[in-house]
Amino acid sequence: MTERAKNRPKLAVWKFSSCDGCQLSLLDCEDELLALTDQIEIANFPEASRAVVKGPYDLSLVEGSISTAHDAERIHHVRRVSKHLVTIGACATVGGIQALRNFKDVNELIPLVYAKPEYISTLGKSTPISEHVFVDFELNGCPINKVQLVEVISAFLHGRKPVTPGYSVCLECKRRGNVCVTVAHGEPCLGPVVHAGCGAICPSCNRGCYGCFGPMETPNPPSLSAMWLAGGMAPDEVVRRLRGVTAAAEPFRKESELHEK
Amino acid sequence: MKSKTIKVGYLARVEGEGALHIRVKDGKVTEVQLQIFEPPRFFEALLRGRLYSEVPDITARICGICPIAYQMGSIQAMEDIFGVKVEGPLRDLRRLIYCGEWIESHVLHVAMLHAPDFLGYEDSIRMAKDRPELAETVRMALRLKKLGNEILRVVGGREVHPINLRVGGFYRVPTRRELAALRAELDWALEAARSLVRWTATFQFPEFERDYEFVALRHAQEYPIAEGRIISNRGLDIPTAGYDETFQEEHVAHSNALQAVIVGRGPYFVGPLARYNLNYDRLSPLVQEEARAAGLGAAVRNPFQSIIVRSLEALMAIEESIRIIDRYEMPDRPTVEYEVRPGVGYGCTEAPRGICYHRYKVDEKGLVLDAKIVPPTSQNQKTIEDDLRDFVPKYIDLEEEKLLWHCEQAVRNYDPCISCATHFLRLNLERE
Repeated sequence: MTERAKNRPKLAVWKFSSCDGCQLSLLDCEDELLALTDQIEIANFPEASRAVVKGPYDLSLVEGSISTAHDAERIHHVRRVSKHLVTIGACATVGGIQALRNFKDVNELIPLVYAKPEYISTLGKSTPISEHVFVDFELNGCPINKVQLVEVISAFLHGRKPVTPGYSVCLECKRRGNVCVTVAHGEPCLGPVVHAGCGAICPSCNRGCYGCFGPMETPNPPSLSAMWLAGGMAPDEVVRRLRGVTAAAEPFRKESELHEK
Repeated sequence: MKSKTIKVGYLARVEGEGALHIRVKDGKVTEVQLQIFEPPRFFEALLRGRLYSEVPDITARICGICPIAYQMGSIQAMEDIFGVKVEGPLRDLRRLIYCGEWIESHVLHVAMLHAPDFLGYEDSIRMAKDRPELAETVRMALRLKKLGNEILRVVGGREVHPINLRVGGFYRVPTRRELAALRAELDWALEAARSLVRWTATFQFPEFERDYEFVALRHAQEYPIAEGRIISNRGLDIPTAGYDETFQEEHVAHSNALQAVIVGRGPYFVGPLARYNLNYDRLSPLVQEEARAAGLGAAVRNPFQSIIVRSLEALMAIEESIRIIDRYEMPDRPTVEYEVRPGVGYGCTEAPRGICYHRYKVDEKGLVLDAKIVPPTSQNQKTIEDDLRDFVPKYIDLEEEKLLWHCEQAVRNYDPCISCATHFLRLNLERE
């Protein structure tokens, strides 16, 4: 093994409660994957390899939310063995789709799915990694954008801050030259309050944004829902529209609770 | 008395979190557990009260590798309730995007997750770094996978969790030109997939066959993807609506996992091998020819050879994509019109890993009252355990590390997707 190969920074990928889509994004970097592994050592990535290189790890990518007592313990271990910890995706960053349980009593949900509730060990809430340990950087998206993922890895390799825009989907829409689905067709769209990153794919397909990338840096959800209500939307629909894959993000949670009966 | 415990604490190269626990006493396997410790996510419960149109965006999140399976199953069920028929180019586009998912998922498993087992590598990256000719193959596979993802992106708007599918059709249909841009790469892919098949055919396969009940969809003309009756090699032949009375989830004492069985008969096998065995006559002459060249007949009972069949299905999906793109005429409207009405509806499609069943009940506004989703991995779980029960005694004299690896490989024959399965599997609280 060459000197450089030996000294490559170590990358680890950890999974908590999730769909695997964000760590798959790493394997979806088809053009970059082999080049990337010249620069970094994939030291612990069970979805891709059965080999485990001992920590500590220079960079840990964490997918998934915390939803069991065991995982609430395990994340502390991950933090201890990681020099830098970056959360990837909506689950790890804001709790994910499974955080819809946060608005209900989980003990009422369990018997709807499982015949023997006593076997189920779960926490009442699905929470982001940052509620449990210090997080160096959070990458939004359900799923994350793989170009942003490569940017984050590259930034940490070079010891700089990743460049990911904090503005809303609206800017991406304008840049693509889209006609606004709300202005032109009255289509409800979360775009004005949602973090850019997807490339405004929903408005580009003539539908409103449903919030995969979570709230932008300084969102104004009350203004958006006031407009929806003024347009005749029923309060229960306002609640549902704010409760998608990033429902538990603070600005969306607060706003949706205001409109709940 | 010689007793031995085989433990794999964290199964690698599978999607999701699982473990394997096998106990052997006097050369006999006394216990096999495929343990699932992926946290439950309660999808069926969280779907209650959601509007029918939001359901595909939620069910996609069950699995990042096969979101189309979960979107299509729920869409089909809603269309069943509202009496919607999606035909012509819209139906073609759905088959095309599903082909994209098969290509992306199958090639990922064949080259990145399963092949390293046959060649003795920990993973595909180490495999590529070690031998230049294998690096070429991995590069080719990555390019094929990228094409599958590209189909998902062009038709669905994004690779993981596409946003363009809806009840009645699509939000926006691609132009002929957008699809035609995929054509050149598909021509390359046709040859690349053939060499992938030939490569997997050179692997050494353990001698291992069992008498399985294969279950898959069967369509009047096509190799089944999104439509068909549910059939088996033991005479089963039912419509999707008959699923609930034919299959049931059984609770086994030694495991906390819920396992699907055919009522009165027992475990069954879903996925590429089942589809192949039940629909060989629906494969194109080209795919059949490649199968023969790979040494496969119309019946394949060795689950280790599923890697060849998966490659053949990737080839089939590429051929099918070409056929669809060549005859595509952009439809006037992206969606079929329909009226929301209350009722119960069913959906079943062939996810890359096997049949994926959905059932929904909605009220007059289209709000979900009740949902049931059965992913393929839950259906294969008992068969995986039974395989190991037979497999381990044959290789019991191997040294520990080798036996362990073989067991992992046997599990990976099924490309288990534990993230999918978990939302309805019971959690095993015992940890190694």
